[in-house]
Amino acid sequence: MRSFLRAYPAEAKLLAVLILLFTVLSVASDSFLTLVNLSSLLNNNAVNVIWAVGLLVVLIAGGIDISFAVAASVVQYVCVYAFAAMGGGGWMSGFIIAGAIGAGLGLINAFLIQRFRIVSIVVTISTFNVFFGLLMFFSSGRFLYNLPGWWSKRVILWEYKTATGWAEIILPVAVMAVAMLATWALIQRTSTGRQLYAFGDNPEGARRAGINIGLMQAIAFGWCGMMAGIGGLMQANIVKEVVPNALIGRELDVLAAVVLGGARLGGGRGSVLGCFLGVLLVAMTQNGLNLLGVSPYAFKMVVGVIILIAISLSNVDLAAMLAPKRAER
Amino acid sequence: MGKYIGAEVLGLAGFLALVLVVFGLTAPNFLTAANFGSVAFQLPELGLLTLAMLMPIISGGFNLAIIYTANMAGLTLAWVLNTHGGVDAGVGAFLIGTVLAVGVGALAGCIMGLVIAYVGAHPILVSLAMMIFLRGLGEFLTKGGDISGFPGFMHPIGHGLVFGIPVPLLIFGAAAVVWHVLLNRTRHGFAARMIGSNIRATAYSGVHTKRTLTLIYTLSGAMCAVAGILMLSRFNSVRVGHGEALLLVTVLACFLGGVDPFGGFGRVLPVVLALVVLQVLSSGLNLLGANQHLSTAVWGLFLIGVMILRYGAGRWKNRKRGSM
Repeated sequence: MRSFLRAYPAEAKLLAVLILLFTVLSVASDSFLTLVNLSSLLNNNAVNVIWAVGLLVVLIAGGIDISFAVAASVVQYVCVYAFAAMGGGGWMSGFIIAGAIGAGLGLINAFLIQRFRIVSIVVTISTFNVFFGLLMFFSSGRFLYNLPGWWSKRVILWEYKTATGWAEIILPVAVMAVAMLATWALIQRTSTGRQLYAFGDNPEGARRAGINIGLMQAIAFGWCGMMAGIGGLMQANIVKEVVPNALIGRELDVLAAVVLGGARLGGGRGSVLGCFLGVLLVAMTQNGLNLLGVSPYAFKMVVGVIILIAISLSNVDLAAMLAPKRAER
Repeated sequence: MGKYIGAEVLGLAGFLALVLVVFGLTAPNFLTAANFGSVAFQLPELGLLTLAMLMPIISGGFNLAIIYTANMAGLTLAWVLNTHGGVDAGVGAFLIGTVLAVGVGALAGCIMGLVIAYVGAHPILVSLAMMIFLRGLGEFLTKGGDISGFPGFMHPIGHGLVFGIPVPLLIFGAAAVVWHVLLNRTRHGFAARMIGSNIRATAYSGVHTKRTLTLIYTLSGAMCAVAGILMLSRFNSVRVGHGEALLLVTVLACFLGGVDPFGGFGRVLPVVLALVVLQVLSSGLNLLGANQHLSTAVWGLFLIGVMILRYGAGRWKNRKRGSM
């Protein structure tokens, strides 16, 4: 227990807050702790988690990516035309194409960062503007509804009839699980993952230790781009349309959730579990306030306060507080 | 005098000249008073917000809450004016409202500064949380609607000319001069730059870094309020979310103006020049028939291009710098 606290202080605190919140909401609202509500909570946040684990890899490697949400919009748009040109496509080709285009956009970031030694925030703010500007210019802001049938069809993986309605789990949740597992395997179970942490913690040290830093940038931003693309595919599956400026602004919400989950701006720290908990904390707060009948205009405000409190608390050392008292120094 | 004109200023002035020549030859009506007039009216809004972003970036931080701080300040002024008769509100109400608006902006900044300085949380996060909070608060108060109906005497603030110079441009010019003096001629500015370079060394040198950080964000919030008041007078209405798209453009303008993304280095003059270049680019493209979105893309490409050129120039001078 204490080793978990020491290794993952942010995650542990977040988990404690989540359990507290979960308990309070379960008691305060009778519709919170129901299969219908919890499954829709999961369905509605699967895309954010997919993006969060992608961004996590970039943050671990010491970078930041502002452009991924806009990249996801670009992927959605290109996909609509690509599938039409292919005569329909299917889930298999959909994942490959969306992932590949996303990864390609991410690699543009990695190339600029690595080749010209430009800081990642400068590059991704530039590409944010380039992607968004070009997307709006070429799409003229048009919405697209003519998605192929397989893409806009709701894929229900599991359903269960309860007294208050159907509880169901849809495809994006499964994709989220795979994305989490794959990211976990990448960063925790491969030597590439260890190199990413090392590179994020100390780039110069990593370089001198013989780590190929160009490859690290490519993997981090490529992974983030791939997840952006796949998340974009899933988001369009949920809303059944493609709106060019629908995802703009989401990058900052996801960033807040990821850092809430213990990833550090500046690199070298962060976990998949933390990402999931971070997204869940924001989602559960909104959900709870909604169920408690708070005005939707007000709960965004509360979310802001909660993030502010959470990041303030994350600078308190919980492991030290729980450790047995030592002699005063 | 030489130190006022660095490589950045010369480079950006060169770009400006290039842009002027290219558009002067290709775009009809580009080199006209009307076009430069519209540039002069459009620049200050983005300019004031960029100044608000500049000071935190120089100190190694960020202020992502600038747009909504400006909106909240605008909302404060609108509220005071509307409770004092709306269209018939007097100059007194306007003055009280302005003071209150600047106070609200400074307060939002001050809270961020306190959390950043005393809790030690990352500025990107703190300002992000503040942004989400202010957006929520603003939407809660206005229910997402517009507030309008302001006295006529405010019209010149957004649209007037004094000796042929647009009033917004005068406000921006004054603000830029204040910022320049503050950053280059005062203890506070020196401390801000030192904090951006190395906060621990600055603290050990006897600078009260926490107080300085708090002041940096407070001033940034106050500058947002000025932008918010200007936006109110220009559009004769306040809506939460107005100017949202400008957030990342202000960061882009700072970087284009040679401000170090990690803090420590950055000056007002090159940033102002960068703003002029961006605005002239946008108006030229506009005259050629492109829309604002294409300009946005060109701005992004322009920043990448400038960064690549700087990389080339840096290698040429064989200067070594850290990378993220």
